[in-house]
Amino acid sequence: MRYLNEFRDGEVAQRMAREIWQVATQPWKIMEICGGQTHSIIRNGIDQMLPPGIEMIHGPGCPVCVTPLSLIDKALAIAAQPGVIFCSFGDMLRVPGTDGDLFQIKGRGGDVRVVYSPLHAVELAVKNPDKQVVFFGVGFETTAPANAMSVHLAKRRGLRNFSLLVSHVLVPPAIEAIMSSPENKVQAFLAAGHVCSVMGFWEYPPLADQFGIPIVVTGFEPLDLLDGIRRAVIQLENGEHHVENAYERIVTYAGNLEAQRLLAEVFELTDRAWRGIGVIPNSGWRLNDHYRAFDAEQRFQISGIRTEESHLCKAGDVLRGAIKPAGCAAFGKECTPRHPLGATMVSSEGACAAYFNYGRYLSAEDLAGAGAAHA
Amino acid sequence: MPNQGAPDFSNWSCPLPLRDYPTIVMGHGGGGKLGNELVEHLFLPAFRNPALENLGDAAVIEPGSGRLAMSTDSFVVQPLFFPGGSIGALAVNGTVNDLAVSGADPKFLSASFILEEGFPLAQLAAIVEAMADAAAKAGVRIVTGDTKVVERGHGDGCYINTAGVGVIRQGMSVGPNRAQVGDVVLVSGTIGDHGMAIMSVREGLEFESQIKSDCAALNGMIADVLDSAGSSVHAMRDPTRGGLASTLNEIATASNVGIEIEDDKVPVRTEVQSACELLGLDPLYVANEGKAVFFVAPEAADRVLRCLRSHPLGSDAAIIGSIPVQHPRMLVARTAIGANRVIATQIGEQLPRIC
Repeated sequence: MRYLNEFRDGEVAQRMAREIWQVATQPWKIMEICGGQTHSIIRNGIDQMLPPGIEMIHGPGCPVCVTPLSLIDKALAIAAQPGVIFCSFGDMLRVPGTDGDLFQIKGRGGDVRVVYSPLHAVELAVKNPDKQVVFFGVGFETTAPANAMSVHLAKRRGLRNFSLLVSHVLVPPAIEAIMSSPENKVQAFLAAGHVCSVMGFWEYPPLADQFGIPIVVTGFEPLDLLDGIRRAVIQLENGEHHVENAYERIVTYAGNLEAQRLLAEVFELTDRAWRGIGVIPNSGWRLNDHYRAFDAEQRFQISGIRTEESHLCKAGDVLRGAIKPAGCAAFGKECTPRHPLGATMVSSEGACAAYFNYGRYLSAEDLAGAGAAHA
Repeated sequence: MPNQGAPDFSNWSCPLPLRDYPTIVMGHGGGGKLGNELVEHLFLPAFRNPALENLGDAAVIEPGSGRLAMSTDSFVVQPLFFPGGSIGALAVNGTVNDLAVSGADPKFLSASFILEEGFPLAQLAAIVEAMADAAAKAGVRIVTGDTKVVERGHGDGCYINTAGVGVIRQGMSVGPNRAQVGDVVLVSGTIGDHGMAIMSVREGLEFESQIKSDCAALNGMIADVLDSAGSSVHAMRDPTRGGLASTLNEIATASNVGIEIEDDKVPVRTEVQSACELLGLDPLYVANEGKAVFFVAPEAADRVLRCLRSHPLGSDAAIIGSIPVQHPRMLVARTAIGANRVIATQIGEQLPRIC
């Protein structure tokens, strides 16, 4: 696989890790924004290769995790209605709402379908003129262009039976919110490479200046991540704070202008509630006036939803980087991938699920054998 | 729905009576004349053998001496025809493989069909043909069967259940609970082929690929391994649903041992790996239908590897790991960059990620 295998080379990885060990003279806390990066760090064991002082804090960049519970509850209510085909990406189906998840709605007779592109949902609307087709459009800047394209097409084709249940969130306002928090511990960011492939990284220099933090645009393969961490540590050690691009094969400064034009045509800025974090001003996109008719929240007047978060779940603290997953009392006990209390335990990008699935709840003694056998 | 491999009804040389009804009707399951015609003109000619020809309420068989192994499995795959196989081939091979990895020589199968009203007879004929072909290749006989028809909308075209009986080899003592410290772990070829072949033709996800299902009967290859390594083989499994990761976890639990594998030793086709990357799936959890995992004594490992590689179904076989004394009941992988991770049993189906 071109562009993948080269970035998984074990020997180069060891060499880059050694360089980080040589450069680092003091402890640093670095946040990787994106859940995809968290997954890769844990899956490949990159955190195990770093000097003990370099701590990776797992950021809020998991779309499944930060989608507010109230919106999940709305999704459940819409999906349960007769005459609705409710379409979603796969990992939203298992996210628990206040009462059950989309899988359970499907089991009770709701027409819930996993699609791989919002454009497929548009096709379903064309093929099923007597049904209301709703696509659950969540995610960061990465998934937004395809969602924008779906309503753009639906409008052009005059479809009256397609709508988007939309809750887009944006990375730069999240960085600002994290850095402005009085309990903040983060000293550098790895920006999410795929978000930047759409948006470029022109939004980040003002943040690096304002908060005096290094920001490194970083990819998802082991060498990408090690390179991002290496560059962040070098900046921190040198007392520098600027924006670097360690994902040059995908990301340009300006980003994908065509996609940005489409986003501007369809969406407008809005305040968003982030699950477990709270409302961040101007941190998301909603459909603008020209496309409001395609907003599922307008089309389906859902009322009487009672939304209630689990009292045990500490997903918010995990998403802000205040605690590690195992620091939550419910982790691995009341809360497992089988019975998730919060969304961070659902998606493979969620920090709690990544820790659970890759055994990070085990003590060092439990795992000692694994390393020893290879020593 | 893509139906690669499903021949036209016009190409099917069936005696006339069945042509009166080009699709299944309720009467085909009613035990009357229509049902008899299905048996007489479709099932009997395809599966023909003395035990079946009696058409009694039960087949009378002579399995020979020794302990018997028995297994059953139901098949509900969609689409019914996919690159590299069909529900028919799967229904035979699945049960044959369950018997073979239990150390048995598969002999006899039953086949039960649940058909949906309106199901094209041509497709049923193609499925039956695939079953007959798979049974011939595996050296098993389909000796009894049943057909039921459900109303339109109450089934997904065609469901098949097969049950099978096999004779346990003399002196055989494999079992999922017999893997032991020091054992070497081998897999008979590339993983994830079946699951990704199915994905590649699923509605809404059709992607251009050459990925074919690995659907195959493993009893011949397993017999070769047992002939060559005998009691050095401690445990065998075919990693079907849930993939290699789930199978290894099951054996770790059943045998109360830890298992250690090396990520880069596990054979995965480039196309399968690429498709998995695209969808955010892990090939370790993707289904196989023609692969086996072996836990063997270390001194027999090379012999088993050579034996597997000399069989057409095992040409990509590899040694992927071993059983250490540490971390009992846990599956640990050494990652390509030299770190360790625990591989858990997954909950339900793997879900493609949002981004």
